[in-house]
Amino acid sequence: MAKQRRVVVTGPRTRGIRVPPYPTVTRDIDEQTELGAVYLRSMMRVQLRHALVTCGIVAAVVGLLPLVFALVPALSAIKALGVPLPWLVLGLGVQPLWIGAAAQYVRRTERAERDFIDVVTRS
Amino acid sequence: MIVLVIVTTLTAVTGLLGAATVVGSFGRRGPARTTSDFLVASRSVSPMWNASAISSEYVSAAAFLGTAGLVLIYGADMLWLPIGAAAGYVVVLVLITGPLRRSGVYTLSDFAEWRLGSRPMRHAVSVCVCFIGWFYLLPQFQGAGVTLRVVAGLPVWVGWAIVVFVVLGIVLSGGMRSITVVQAFQFWFKLLALALPAVALMVIWRVQGGPDPTRPSPPQFAQPTTVSVAFQVGLRVPVDTRGHVDGVLDGRRYHGTEVLLTAGRHVVAEDSRIAFPAGAAVPHAEQIPVQRGDVWATPFGGGRDHPLFGTYSVLLGMLLGTMGLPHIMIRFYTNTSGRAARRTVTLVLVMLSLFYVFPTLYGALGRVFTPELLMTGDADATILVLPGRLVPGLPGTLLTGLVAAGAFAAFVSTSCGIVVAIAGTLSQGVSGGGVRGFRIGAVIAITVPLTLAGWLGTLGAAGLVTLAFTISACSLCPLLVLGVWWRGLTPIGAGTGLAVGGGCAVAAGLTQIIGGRQSGWWGAMLAQPAIAVVPLTFLVMIVISLLTRARVPTGVDRAMVRLHLPEELLMNRS
Repeated sequence: MAKQRRVVVTGPRTRGIRVPPYPTVTRDIDEQTELGAVYLRSMMRVQLRHALVTCGIVAAVVGLLPLVFALVPALSAIKALGVPLPWLVLGLGVQPLWIGAAAQYVRRTERAERDFIDVVTRS
Repeated sequence: MIVLVIVTTLTAVTGLLGAATVVGSFGRRGPARTTSDFLVASRSVSPMWNASAISSEYVSAAAFLGTAGLVLIYGADMLWLPIGAAAGYVVVLVLITGPLRRSGVYTLSDFAEWRLGSRPMRHAVSVCVCFIGWFYLLPQFQGAGVTLRVVAGLPVWVGWAIVVFVVLGIVLSGGMRSITVVQAFQFWFKLLALALPAVALMVIWRVQGGPDPTRPSPPQFAQPTTVSVAFQVGLRVPVDTRGHVDGVLDGRRYHGTEVLLTAGRHVVAEDSRIAFPAGAAVPHAEQIPVQRGDVWATPFGGGRDHPLFGTYSVLLGMLLGTMGLPHIMIRFYTNTSGRAARRTVTLVLVMLSLFYVFPTLYGALGRVFTPELLMTGDADATILVLPGRLVPGLPGTLLTGLVAAGAFAAFVSTSCGIVVAIAGTLSQGVSGGGVRGFRIGAVIAITVPLTLAGWLGTLGAAGLVTLAFTISACSLCPLLVLGVWWRGLTPIGAGTGLAVGGGCAVAAGLTQIIGGRQSGWWGAMLAQPAIAVVPLTFLVMIVISLLTRARVPTGVDRAMVRLHLPEELLMNRS
């Protein structure tokens, strides 16, 4: 049997000092101090940035595709596998793009939330 | 033959709905009993179930029948609709899904009252929700009527009656929880009902070497076709065509004699039949543009006034309108967290992308095999008529029955979702919740569009649905986006915005339904007002809010905490 190490067990020295019931930053946010407001704003800004990037991608595709097909009618004359190009692009090509953008956004925003939880609970 | 179709269809529908209701009522923990069961499925639905249910409510009669009909008529110009529909969910996902779930509210009205701290705002939003829901219910009724008329030759009101009966039965007995299971089940059924015939049709088309819909000529009958005209209809004949007429053409009665229909306008009286040989050019109903195949297959090829403007406006309406659809938004409440809600929406995107391949396919095949719908004007029936046309005999009848049953599942599931949303909103707003209020709300929700349904003119199912999207984009979208992301929104600003935006959109919609389409820029703007009204609503809300800065709700910071911080953090969310 291995030699037992002696461990000193202590309690708080006085009644005045207590471990806060929950981490301090969340209390800052709760009590709406300046620091709490900074944390909240930073989180919102990160979320909004991710959201706007994804919206930007959607807006670019939705804004430019009709313009491209309207301005370059020659594109519509191209056929691949017997199907006109617009039908391939619009019927099958755009949706995967949306799925990709959505998955990317979910990954990013979940990571941002994890990081935020880490920062808040550690400090 | 027709009797057989009726029997198969109704058997399939009854069997499906019976099975779904049994699964729904007794599938999990016995029949629904508490208010919580009725309203929110007791918040224990997994993302996969929930995503199936959302997709099911979303792919309504419009997706199923209307989109195929529009593709049949307008071709490549309508391929934007599925794109806009899916993109709408991307916007919902990134802008409001997480925050809306984290806010912990049930309906959009709850959100407005909680965020803005104002009872009048709750009622304003409830009014918007009801209008959007009613505009969304109209095409469901219309589609059900057309389905039974085309498949079984029954009067349109039979279809309405069946939908009303079944929807009320499901909603009143089970509430939301059974709905979730019913909806999820129905999504996969609908997908199957669309995909199987589509694959069969594609194979047959390939094997038979069917004609190419994009060849540079007006649409032609692929095989000898007899077209029955139920109502008096004005026809545009693209090139001189011969046909055997049995009935009244241009005021003269014929009895099966061969007549030369010269290029130009003709009138066919009700209860007439014209038999065309294979290869004859298809006469078009007056309201449908005649397009050569190559023009039809080209985006912005022609056939509509101001197509680029119309396309952008529809896209904007669908992009921003999705977030205001009440029956979709209340589903986030049944997710366990903001994160689960986001994953749900991503799954919805995948399911919708899969689903939306098929209406396009049917529209294109319809151009080849059921061009007579261009003449009768029943383009919404493309998906229903196609299978029977390509596969003669009993297999075709069974395919038709399968598709018709799928279509009825679509009418019923979407209508259920909307009725639940409206009933929940009404009962919470007026009678303070409770099962009894919910049931009364459900009856009101279904009565209003039923009385309007008799007035519907030439607007197709998909047109009516885009109207609902436009109203939502012009009213609730700005409220939600600003409410979630901007502290400065005030009740007065939001209310004025709702009144201006929602008022303009509803007025434009009613003008369209009652007055019909108008030409020129003014007509294009009335048909698709989103591109003008949405920015206007945002502007009104922001400017009035800035002017009434003193009225910013006091608890706004606390609200922002609840909206934007992950649930894992233990903090005061009240």
